[in-house]
Amino acid sequence: MEISKGYTVHLFEGLYCYLRRFLFRVISVGAVPYHIAFIMDGNRRFAKKMNLAEGEGHKAGFSALLSILRYCYELGVKYVTVYAFSIDNFKRKPKDVQNLMELMRQKIEELLHQESIINEYGVRLHFIGNISMLSEPVKVAVDKAMRVTAHNNHRVLVICVAYTSRDEMVHAVEESCKEKWSHLTQEPSKVVKNDKLNGLFENKIEKHSVLPSSCYCSCSCSLVKLVDVERNMYMAVAPDPDILIRTSGEARLSNFLLWQAGTCPLYAPSALWPEIGLRHLVFAVLNFQKYYLYLESKKEKKHKHKLF
Amino acid sequence: MLSLRLPIPIENTLITPPPKSNNKNTYNFSLSPYLHSSYSCNQANRFLTVTNVAIHNDGNSVGSADTVAEPFPEELNAEPLPKHVAVIMDGNGRWAKMKNLMPSAGHQAGAEALKNMVKLCASWGIKVLTVFAFSTDNWVRPKVEVDFLMSLFEKTINSEIDIFQREGIRISVIGDSSRLPKSLLRMIEYAEESTKENSKLQLIVAVSYSGKYDVAQACKSVAKKVKDGILDLEEINEDIIEKELETNCTEFPNPDLLIRTSGELRVSNFLLWQLAYTELYFNRALWPDFGKEEFVEALSSFQQRKRRFGGR
Repeated sequence: MEISKGYTVHLFEGLYCYLRRFLFRVISVGAVPYHIAFIMDGNRRFAKKMNLAEGEGHKAGFSALLSILRYCYELGVKYVTVYAFSIDNFKRKPKDVQNLMELMRQKIEELLHQESIINEYGVRLHFIGNISMLSEPVKVAVDKAMRVTAHNNHRVLVICVAYTSRDEMVHAVEESCKEKWSHLTQEPSKVVKNDKLNGLFENKIEKHSVLPSSCYCSCSCSLVKLVDVERNMYMAVAPDPDILIRTSGEARLSNFLLWQAGTCPLYAPSALWPEIGLRHLVFAVLNFQKYYLYLESKKEKKHKHKLF
Repeated sequence: MLSLRLPIPIENTLITPPPKSNNKNTYNFSLSPYLHSSYSCNQANRFLTVTNVAIHNDGNSVGSADTVAEPFPEELNAEPLPKHVAVIMDGNGRWAKMKNLMPSAGHQAGAEALKNMVKLCASWGIKVLTVFAFSTDNWVRPKVEVDFLMSLFEKTINSEIDIFQREGIRISVIGDSSRLPKSLLRMIEYAEESTKENSKLQLIVAVSYSGKYDVAQACKSVAKKVKDGILDLEEINEDIIEKELETNCTEFPNPDLLIRTSGELRVSNFLLWQLAYTELYFNRALWPDFGKEEFVEALSSFQQRKRRFGGR
């Protein structure tokens, strides 16, 4: 009886998997987002709602993450970014932070198991943020995970830990200035007197930005360009997201991907993160496809405007 | 895990629910959301009746001689109220198209809606109102429309300066001014100078603005200070960059609430740095139809948000 029950469950799961893949084939007729970003909000509220210990909420959240990753990669999404831990979260009680660090370490180890989704889909892991703020065991686990998956090139999972967008921008500016400064001090002959490290930005993206003529150094290598800043951003490992999804119904960005998500559509289902399901992803992608057509027509207009 | 449940109750909390109203003037939305069980029952009370605000261009503008300050609505609590409200005034073109009018009529109606919004903010104690009037991306629009918008900005500022003076409203303009017509630049300079001592409400108008441009020019200023020896590399932090952003013209540079009209769910390169902890509110109404009821609904939504800033 139990064997036939197990067989029935297995059969239904197989059927569901088949139907899901068929659904994704249909959706893929339209544009498929290249990169989806998630703010995984609502784990603690889920635990409270289900009368569980708080740690159980985060564990349920991790299971939900694995499901969503599977759906995304099956659909053909190449990059997935998740907001796992913000610098602001260090403000929580020390015991909570410690528990979260330990959970993070455990789950990173789990991700590296042979049969995990990471190996199934050839996923490269990137942990981005102010990694020095993490506890030592987590840092070790992070380094190992990135090293072990460095050769994977089919899919990418970017996990933001000890991350805020503003910290990312500050870090990028610092690094760009340091780069240019060390470049100049290594090649003094190229430096024009009284003009070393103009450190001024040439805004290549915004063509109509005006820079006074005095800003331009005769040695172009000393100019810190916007591309330098973007190159030094933590998120330089991935293109800008096509959709940003935040669960639990809160409608705010919480210092996540402020630079990168300036023009991408936002979606805030009221479901808590452990409750997120296939239907939310499908809805978000269908909305994206609607917006994609508008975006393409806008790009065409911009291109025509440049020609004339 | 089996997660597909039928019927599919998809609720995107970014879109305000459709109004329950018998009023013929309301829009009929096809989306009828199911309340998710995780919502508190307070959410049901947010389904306020919304009526279209008819745009009457009867010459009344903010603070005209016979205009009285708007009384504070009973539906709202005195606290918390956002100190800084930002608005993406989207939908003028679609509004005009719906009424078979030229786009210029839509922008004109949008200007009236803005005047109404300024009046409401000044009456209800909001300290800063930032509006996204013209993006750097909007330069690709037809020249006729762009020229009309530039002259509309100039005319509106000119007609409202005296009223701003009387009502204690300070006007500031942010954005890349290099492409603006000289006459508009002169008008902006005059308006900023003559209202700079006012303190009741600060109206910040973003013209030829983009969030990326703002951050980029702030980074430029910071790098120049490092070059000039005013600042050490190690001293660069978030506060330093924030002080160089164009929103440094106000005491409250970060909006508490962002409203975007016309149903589009994105921030479109507006105030990127400043929006880190801003509550986002999206309304399907087109900007010229965004009036007092819609604003009250937005504020009511803000008052029900639980802002944790990453902590507990």
